[in-house]
Amino acid sequence: MSEQSFLDHSHQRGFLECQIGSLLAALEHASRAERLAQAPGLLQRFDPRVRLIAMLVLIGLVVSTHSLTTLYGLLAAAALMAFVSRVPLTILARGIWLNVLLFTGALALPAIFLVPGDSVFHVPLLGWAMTMQGLESAAFLVGRALTAATFAGLTILATPWPHLLKALRTLGVPAVMVVILCMTYRYIFLLLQSALDMFEARRSRQVGRLTGAEKRHMLVANAGVLLSKSLHLADEVYLAMQSRGYRGEQHALLEFRMAPLDWTALAVLLAITSVAFRFQAWGLG
Amino acid sequence: MTVPAFELRDVEYRYQGVIALAGLSLVIPQGKRVVLLGANGSGKSTLLRLLDALYFPAAGQVLAFGEALDARRMANEDACFAFRRRVGFVFQNPDMQLFNASVFDELAFGPLQLHWPAERIRQQVETTLESMGLAHLRNRAPHRLSGGEKKRVALASVLILDPEVLLLDEPTASLDPESESQLIDTLIDWGGGAKTIVMATHDLDIVEDVADICVVMQQGRVIAQGTPGEILGDEELLGRTGLIHAHRHRHSHSGGAAHRHHHLHHGTRSTMPGATSKLVWRPLPRRKPEDA
Ligand SMILES: Nc1ncnc2c1ncn2[C@@H]1O[C@H](COP(=O)(O)OP(=O)(O)O)[C@@H](O)[C@H]1O
Ligand SMILES: [Mg+2]
Repeated sequence: MSEQSFLDHSHQRGFLECQIGSLLAALEHASRAERLAQAPGLLQRFDPRVRLIAMLVLIGLVVSTHSLTTLYGLLAAAALMAFVSRVPLTILARGIWLNVLLFTGALALPAIFLVPGDSVFHVPLLGWAMTMQGLESAAFLVGRALTAATFAGLTILATPWPHLLKALRTLGVPAVMVVILCMTYRYIFLLLQSALDMFEARRSRQVGRLTGAEKRHMLVANAGVLLSKSLHLADEVYLAMQSRGYRGEQHALLEFRMAPLDWTALAVLLAITSVAFRFQAWGLG
Repeated sequence: MTVPAFELRDVEYRYQGVIALAGLSLVIPQGKRVVLLGANGSGKSTLLRLLDALYFPAAGQVLAFGEALDARRMANEDACFAFRRRVGFVFQNPDMQLFNASVFDELAFGPLQLHWPAERIRQQVETTLESMGLAHLRNRAPHRLSGGEKKRVALASVLILDPEVLLLDEPTASLDPESESQLIDTLIDWGGGAKTIVMATHDLDIVEDVADICVVMQQGRVIAQGTPGEILGDEELLGRTGLIHAHRHRHSHSGGAAHRHHHLHHGTRSTMPGATSKLVWRPLPRRKPEDA
């Protein structure tokens, strides 16, 4: 094999590697969302418990509402909240909206034609009929997923990881669950990192190009090694935590204290919820 | 005579049946610097983890400060915190030890676990950052630092609790000579020389500067023990345990700039116990030849 093609090869990243790489980058970003979490935005000023409660209530509302106006109103509110919290819309768009649209779009598209109802448009040549009811159910599907994901994403981006874990604890989530969550997060990170290391180590000494199928085969064949290696790493991290006094309880250098702003936020939340339900009762939207 | 910091009696440890420590006995007196020497796989890391009560022996006994160190004792929260407060462990791979989002949080982690009051934690973190020369890295992500910086953060995150005993696993591995020299100086100065240090290494160059006692390990046992002079002078022993290679010699004083040898020039070893335990990070006094 020629020098040229070797170099060529070493620059090229396969699909799998890109996927793993971008997942890792996303996690990396999440772990460094610290900068966003420290930004002087509105959301960052609320007590983490209020953020969590608001997120849960709003997601509940999103899932249960039968009004498109309410649904897209909430989406607009979420985008506005991102704006005043200094979370760049590009991060939301690329990190959340694009993925959600691709995924739910694929599910919603057939519904446009399959749900029976009054046809509004005929696709030329194919003769398929788009129905009003189909469009509506697609709009619900996409809107719910988008809005719920935006609220969840915003909360996570605007809250440092230790604060989020501590808030979960103070809201009554059992310590065991929080520890599992905490370790899972680290574990996934280590797993992805070792997968990437494995590809890189291979790439530096392999001759010849691997096809996608061969790479997948390699990943599967090495899954055991990969798993035990990252399990071992996670073990080590856990030992290091224990060595410094970790006993399963999450502590953060922050006293949660409800400020007037937090009570205001809860009041606004209550108002939004009741208006949304009133709306529904009137059959508007 | 005070009780020893640690005492191990016929300790055995296995990893899923594979024996790592095979009837090891050892006494680690308080206030001494002990270096564990041994080739890879001789059981140094395993021993350190037993000393830190992360693993417990399958057979035999470990005593810490005169009391049995077992799972039952560590299950008690107060006893556990008391032990963690007294004994600190710097792991070999700082990537494993640094899991917080910022250097500040990393240093605050230990004190938080031990329920220090928030104000005291903030103060202590600031003091430690300052004295370890890490203040400018306060808000950086630990896993993004250089190797030497990571090591320093790992050390600081343990020293912040001001433990009585410091366990270190190959602290100079993968450090450049300058970082290594700084690390050794910090360790020698730490606690005015009155603290107990147990350090695993196979780097013979640092032994003479750091150690009061040398312990040589092979296949999960202690096979020799003595002063650095006695152990380093025994070429046959070092060769047999894989610590030196036939054509290597120690202390070549020929090289000027690449000179890697440390000198005990400040007499800290004779410092009175009870001297201030403040740690100082000296920004590298470049050694002059006349020191030697
Ligand atoms: N997690 C582990 N699982 C299985 N065997 C291990 C593990 N860690 C260490 N060992 C084995 O235990 C022995 C002692 O290892 P270790 O204490 O790491 O030695 P050292 O630190 O001196 O290199 C070695 O034979 C090693 O292979
Ligand atoms: Mg080791």
